[in-house]
Amino acid sequence: MLITERKPLDEVLAMVEGSKSVFLAVCGGCPEACETTAPAEVEAFVKDLKDNGKTVVSQVEIDFLCNKALIALRLGRHMEALQKADAVFVLSCGVGVQATAAMVGKPCYPALNTIAAGGVQGLWRGDERCGECGDCVLDRTGGICPITGCAKTLLNGACGGSDKGICEVSPERPCGWYLIYERLRELGQLDKLLTPVKPKAWGKFEAPPEMRGTILWALEAEEPAPDEQEVTQ
Amino acid sequence: MSNFSDKLKAGDFVVSSEIGPPKGVHLEHCLGEAEHMRDRVTAINVTDIQSAVMRVGSMAVCHMLKERGMEPILQMVCRDRNQLALQSDLLSAVALGIENVLCLTGDHNVMGDHKDSKPVFDLDSVGLLETVTTLMGGHDLAGGELEGDPPVLFPGAVVTPDAEPLEPQLIKMQKKIKAGARFFQTQAVYDSKKFHAFMNEADKFGAPVLLGIVVLKNAGMANYMNKFVAGVNVPAELIDELKADPDKTKSGETGCEIAARTIRECRDCCQGVHIMPLGWDDKVPHILDLAGL
Repeated sequence: MLITERKPLDEVLAMVEGSKSVFLAVCGGCPEACETTAPAEVEAFVKDLKDNGKTVVSQVEIDFLCNKALIALRLGRHMEALQKADAVFVLSCGVGVQATAAMVGKPCYPALNTIAAGGVQGLWRGDERCGECGDCVLDRTGGICPITGCAKTLLNGACGGSDKGICEVSPERPCGWYLIYERLRELGQLDKLLTPVKPKAWGKFEAPPEMRGTILWALEAEEPAPDEQEVTQ
Repeated sequence: MSNFSDKLKAGDFVVSSEIGPPKGVHLEHCLGEAEHMRDRVTAINVTDIQSAVMRVGSMAVCHMLKERGMEPILQMVCRDRNQLALQSDLLSAVALGIENVLCLTGDHNVMGDHKDSKPVFDLDSVGLLETVTTLMGGHDLAGGELEGDPPVLFPGAVVTPDAEPLEPQLIKMQKKIKAGARFFQTQAVYDSKKFHAFMNEADKFGAPVLLGIVVLKNAGMANYMNKFVAGVNVPAELIDELKADPDKTKSGETGCEIAARTIRECRDCCQGVHIMPLGWDDKVPHILDLAGL
C-alpha cells in the first residue's frame, strides 16, 4: 500500500526558486492503484504552480516511474517540452523520483513525501530504493536518496570512510554521497551541499494511524459478489 | 576557556596528541601513555570507541586526564548514541570540566567487533556540531531552555586533506564551520606538497587546522594504510625509506624522522600538529625535538 502526501507548497516553491518552467512527471502505477495521487490532486498541484508564476510546459503520466526503461521510452516522446523546462517535478514515491532523476539531465524534485510504500513499492524498480522517511530530501541531493544510498543514512555529505567513491562497509558498495556529489556537479548545483541539513524527524517514518487505516482500501473496493450458486454447481 | 582554545585564538602553533582507552577496566597503561606527553602537548584527544571496537568510554578517560592536570579533547561519534544521549553526554562533559569536543560521524559498526549492533547515526558530524552550538546558545535540540548559564564548549571537527576526490571534503569542511567547528584536526598526512595545496584552499575558510601525523612503524603498516584506510596515501619513497634500514626502522627512528620532517615542511601553512602515536606515545617528545617544537 503506497501512502504519500503532498509536500507543503512553500517547500515546493523553494525548490524552483529562480526557475520559470517546470515539467511534470506523474506516476500512474502504484499511486493510481492505491489512490494516493488522484487526478484532482495533480490538478490542484498544477494550479498552485501556475498561481505562483510557474509555467507547466508539459504534464506526462507514466505507469511505473520506477522503471528507467519506461521513463526513457515515454519521456523520449516529450523531449522538446522537457528541454524547455528548468526542472522536473515528479509525483511518485521516492523510487520514481530517483529513477526519473537518473534518466533526465535536469534537476528532478519530489512533489510528494513518501510515508509508506508497503508491498507495492516500485513494482518495477531497479537500483533505487526509497527510505519512506516521510520528508523527502531528493531535491537537495540530485535525486539520489542519502537515506538508502548511504550506509549511515548521513544527511550532510560523505564521512571519512568514503574512498574514491567507495563506501567503507564494502568494496562492492558505492558511496551514496559520492554519487550525489557527482550528480550535483553535473547539474551545476554543488552549492546545495553548503547548507547544513537538520537532523531527520524520525517520527515521520511511521505512517499516522488514519493513513495506515487505508490499508482496508482493497477490501472496501466494490466488487460484485460471486454467484455462489454457480460456483457450487 | 580551555588552554587549547586560548592558544589557537592567540595564533600559537599548537600541539595535540591522542590516546585510546583499552578493552577492559585497567587504565594504568593508557594513562601512562598520556604521562609520556604531558609536558609537550597542549591537549590530548581520547578516542570514542575507536574503529567501532568496544572499550572504555572517552569521557571517563578525559575526566581522569583532567584530574591529573592534563587537558583532554573529548572525541564523540554519532554511531552509538541518539540525540538524547549525545546532548546528555555533552552536558555531562561540561559538568566534569571538559570543554574541547571533537565531533565525528564514526566508523560504521561493520568495521569493528560488534558487526550486528544497530547503527544509530541519528545525527551526523555536522548535526553534532550544530547540537553543540545549540547547547552553547542555552537550548536543546527540541527548543527546551537549559537551566542557568549556557555550557561553554570548544567544538572541533576532522577533515581529510588527501581525500579523493578533494572537492566534497572542502565543501563539507565549510559546512562544518557553518555548523560551529572552531578547529580542525586532519587525517594522517604524508605528502607535504598535497597538504600545502589543500591548505591553500582550506586557509580561506578561516578555521585553524592541525596537521594530522600518524607515526609510521614499518613498511607493512604503510602498505596496510594505503590499502585499507580511506584518505591516507603513503608515498612509495617513504615506504622505501622504511625498508632501507630495518634496524633503524625497528627502533622507531625512521618513523620519527619522517613525522618530524613532515611537520617541518608543513608548519608554515597550518596552525598546529595533531600526533596520533598509536602506542608510540613515548616517541612523541623525540618527534617534537626533531621537528624543533
